[in-house]
Amino acid sequence: MTTTTPPAEPARTARPSPARPGRSRPLAWDLARSEWIKLCTVRSTYWTLLAAATGMIAFGALLTAAYVRHYTSAGPAAQPAFDPAAYSLSGFFLAQLAIAVLGVVVMTSEYATGSIRSTLAAAPQRITVLAAKAAVFGAVAAATGIASAFAAFFTGQAILAHKGIEAHIGGPGALRSVAGAGLYLAVLGLLALGLGTLLRRTAGAVAAVVGLVLVLPVLVQGLPPAWQAAITRYLPSAAGQAIIGRTKFTPPGHLLSPWTGFALFCAYAAAALAAAAVVLSRRDA
Amino acid sequence: MIEIRGLTKRYGPTVAVDGLTFDVVPGRVTGFLGPNGAGKSTTMRVILGLDAPTAGTVTVAGRRYRALRRPSPVVGAMLEAAAIHPGRSTRSHLRALAAANAISRRRVDEVLGLTGLDGVAGKRAGGFSLGMTQRLGIAAALLGDPQVLLLDEPVNGLDPDGVAWIRTLLRSLAGEGRTVFVSSHLMSEMALTADHLIVIGRGRLIADTTVEQFVRQSSGSWVQVRSPEPGRLARLLRGHGAVVEAGHDGALAVRGTDATAVGDLAARHGIAVHELVARRASLEEAFMERTRDAVDYQPHPAGPATATWA
Repeated sequence: MTTTTPPAEPARTARPSPARPGRSRPLAWDLARSEWIKLCTVRSTYWTLLAAATGMIAFGALLTAAYVRHYTSAGPAAQPAFDPAAYSLSGFFLAQLAIAVLGVVVMTSEYATGSIRSTLAAAPQRITVLAAKAAVFGAVAAATGIASAFAAFFTGQAILAHKGIEAHIGGPGALRSVAGAGLYLAVLGLLALGLGTLLRRTAGAVAAVVGLVLVLPVLVQGLPPAWQAAITRYLPSAAGQAIIGRTKFTPPGHLLSPWTGFALFCAYAAAALAAAAVVLSRRDA
Repeated sequence: MIEIRGLTKRYGPTVAVDGLTFDVVPGRVTGFLGPNGAGKSTTMRVILGLDAPTAGTVTVAGRRYRALRRPSPVVGAMLEAAAIHPGRSTRSHLRALAAANAISRRRVDEVLGLTGLDGVAGKRAGGFSLGMTQRLGIAAALLGDPQVLLLDEPVNGLDPDGVAWIRTLLRSLAGEGRTVFVSSHLMSEMALTADHLIVIGRGRLIADTTVEQFVRQSSGSWVQVRSPEPGRLARLLRGHGAVVEAGHDGALAVRGTDATAVGDLAARHGIAVHELVARRASLEEAFMERTRDAVDYQPHPAGPATATWA
């Protein structure tokens, strides 16, 4: 590939300042636009979001279909606490992995490629940069999560309708379950963004998130039953998933109420982001 | 204007920069020279607020970099390592940086044209040659039409065409009254591009001077003079503070003065001069001489050159 050499008189400035007229706009808005452009202009974003939506919808449908088959043989008495709305959203289990990876990579890819230096040289207000990243990614994750949760809900209910055990979106708690599944994914993504910022390495941060939401609950299962029951509901996974309801993957036993659990989950994510903000602003880039 | 006062930067036990103080003033190209590991990149990173100084202060246009709200119109920088996501296109990379500083898309297209990248603006940066990546770095630095330019090793990987282009660009930017601060380890290139030099070694300031002066002060610069009365001339020269050695075939090698002074002195004392030649060290020789003790990675464990004369 050859590059044409541009004219030798390059930057003579007989033109107005390149800054646009609306420069009184808040800095946070400009940084959010910058982050939006960054998120939209790498392919991995689209693949990861597609993976999340596919996981949510297809895996949810598969589990619901399997349940329906099981239901025929076991009879209604075997499933006293069946929550048709939440069950159709069980695909969140796969979707959360994709969203968590994206949340991590939004920050760690900057460190891996060195573009963090471009980013922070263009915007030295590091905490505002992190906030802009979190706002843009959080909004994209919530939109993807909520949209695919709706799709998973309607797909799942169509499957459950064969046995007459479906829920309606207007039914008690159904809308909360559906929107909650999307919100759970978004907040998990933000928790992952916080860990990605703290750890800077993709592999380490992904391992940390997976450990937190998948491995930790399993480890707790190894504790004496009384401890298990006391601890499980406060784990980020069980607390955050309380807003969805009883899915295929909900641990047995008493859960926090949906909004209490979700508030606790948000507090975990906020703590991770706050720690990330402190570390990011003090650390050499 | 960049003002550096008592800058020290330590990474753990390693002292990367050790008490640097200098100014980079507008209207000229200031070359930033030093052997590998001298602390050039560290200094650049501290100027850009990427690394925090252990001690000392650095201001750009009178302010600490991290206090600048939208730095692009004030400072444009190109860092040594390609600070670009390889999956993103050239235009997208620049647009993201532009958006953060409220710079228009039109200006993005303008700098793409300025750097000759308009033909590959839609291509992913990951497939670029080093030369193309350098151009993209320069495009990013020019985005805000900045008053101060910081370029870390901008000619690395450029072909001769590109090198000549950078030289013209930097000189014209300085000619417009901007502050241009360019690091390099290519002395020959700096000799052609820079007006002023900041030379560092092992994190310490070695020289803050013009290119002209830096070369003249080097012991590699001397005057060769041939005369039928070498002994008398040598005595006279020594009497005027010059260092005189007998060169080969009867010529004198004179250091610490210049050809004009030698010629005038000889004329005043009626000494015939048959040959009078100013031997100039190249910037490269001057640099090697001045930084010899400050080179981290020497091929031989040689002591200072003076030791061998004892």
